[in-house]
Amino acid sequence: MTGKFTVALAQVSPKLGLLRENLQLHLDTIRRAKSEGADLVVFPELSLTGYILQDLVPDVAIDPLNAPSLPPLLQECRDIACVFGFVEVSDRYNYYNAAAYVSEGRIQHVHRKLYLPTYGMFDEMRFFAMGEKLRTVRTPFGPLGLLICEDLWHPSTLYLHVQDGARVVVTLSSSPGRGVRTSEGFQTSQGWETLLKALSQFYTVYNLYANRAGIEDGAYFPGGSMVVGPVGEVIARSQTSGEDLVLAELDLDEIRRARLFTPVLRDERLDLTLRELTRIVRQRSQS
Amino acid sequence: MQLNCPLVNQVLQGFIRDELGKAGFHRVVVGLSGGIDSAVSCFLAARALGPENVLAVMMPYRTSSPESLSDASAVVKTLGVKSEIVEITSIVDGYFEAQSPANSLRRGNAMARARMIVLFDKSMEFDALVLGTSNKTELLLGYGTLFGDMASSINPIGDLYKADIFKLARYLHVPQSILDKKPTADLWAGQSDEDELGFTYAEVDELLHELIDRRVSRRELLEKGFKKDFVQLVVNRIRGSQFKRRGPVVCKLSPRSVSHDFHYLRDWGM
Repeated sequence: MTGKFTVALAQVSPKLGLLRENLQLHLDTIRRAKSEGADLVVFPELSLTGYILQDLVPDVAIDPLNAPSLPPLLQECRDIACVFGFVEVSDRYNYYNAAAYVSEGRIQHVHRKLYLPTYGMFDEMRFFAMGEKLRTVRTPFGPLGLLICEDLWHPSTLYLHVQDGARVVVTLSSSPGRGVRTSEGFQTSQGWETLLKALSQFYTVYNLYANRAGIEDGAYFPGGSMVVGPVGEVIARSQTSGEDLVLAELDLDEIRRARLFTPVLRDERLDLTLRELTRIVRQRSQS
Repeated sequence: MQLNCPLVNQVLQGFIRDELGKAGFHRVVVGLSGGIDSAVSCFLAARALGPENVLAVMMPYRTSSPESLSDASAVVKTLGVKSEIVEITSIVDGYFEAQSPANSLRRGNAMARARMIVLFDKSMEFDALVLGTSNKTELLLGYGTLFGDMASSINPIGDLYKADIFKLARYLHVPQSILDKKPTADLWAGQSDEDELGFTYAEVDELLHELIDRRVSRRELLEKGFKKDFVQLVVNRIRGSQFKRRGPVVCKLSPRSVSHDFHYLRDWGM
């Protein structure tokens, strides 16, 4: 593959707890993305299950290596890459808020959400176990990093992905809109946009952000999915309400150019960061 | 305290359509009092669902002010929604005839609950859900009747303060006479919300926004110029009415109990 490829952000509204219906939604959306020329289609966080699952978590969990419901989806991904969100159950019966990268008809990589928001309206740690690893996955689009929603609000995750070689980072999200007292849409949507633009520019990478649509018990998901390029520019954005499929062409040469003009990654000092972090961790454990 | 009215309008219309549709409905019943809250709920529903899918029920009692009915009728006429008038006088008076003399609070509660009975019955007849009309100010202050006007299936305005309701009403072009009049529960002649509460909505909305939305501490509130007694009064009201915002208390006996650790959304499987 050349350095150019097309991504599709699938801003869908899954039904809470209904795996079969949501699987069909994925199949339909993947077919549409393919017909529109996408090489990679990205779904939101927990796209296969819905978000505020609570006690439904064990009922909708799947073992990705042995899930009878998955083969149709995997087969649909023989000629397109796909990222979707699901509940993973491990062999230790831990449940994870997870994201899978699928290509060539197989799950190539699973990311388990690292930071589970448990404050305000969020209660994830009550129902999910925390992921422990952050790894990029090799793809035709270069090394790719997966993050889930709150993960991105800890920029160390993106830092690690980028240091590990990621040129494209995909964030799956189910972020409800909050704050209606400014003229620019939900306050939370503005927060995401600020974050995505700034981080793309700092790290000179492509950030793909897929947020869901729909409502769960009055929690309104305002979409606002977007692709942000390596100098912090919004390349494509979806509607801020309802389902949508937005496409964008990415060009890895844009990253090369961005890093020529702003070689902050080249100059990054991992040894310094590591040394100081080690000191801080040691001091905290002693205090 | 500004409000992004176009955004709120879009979100609340989506909320009404989506939550209703998921539950298998496309119609609502709303009790129209002639006041601003129910007018705004009715406007949102008519815009979201089409006026033919909204049944506005006006439920006067014999002491209700005639302006209440004429203002409610203005909403019906403006929107073209379906409407009915159901007098609740015989329900309420029929009950109290056989009871010891009741004070105005008991009578007011009975009126609010009689209206609830009518609305939920009409919702069966009209194949609809009951649309709520309680705003955030009254929900927090507990200024409403439990299982009366606080009862509904979905409430589009429950996260908007009274001041926000006025802004949204203007944006939606609610009839001017409703915007101009003093808020009243109209449970007896001459009743006024602000006289009864002992403070104005403008004052209390500002305080609630700081206290609830921004979690400003007592010390900061005093520094901002809020009077200590006023803050205490409002905090007491919020605490004292928590029971109105929660379901009945269930005594936990089993490992998994409704209202303790049976965690599912209403939108479960929708």
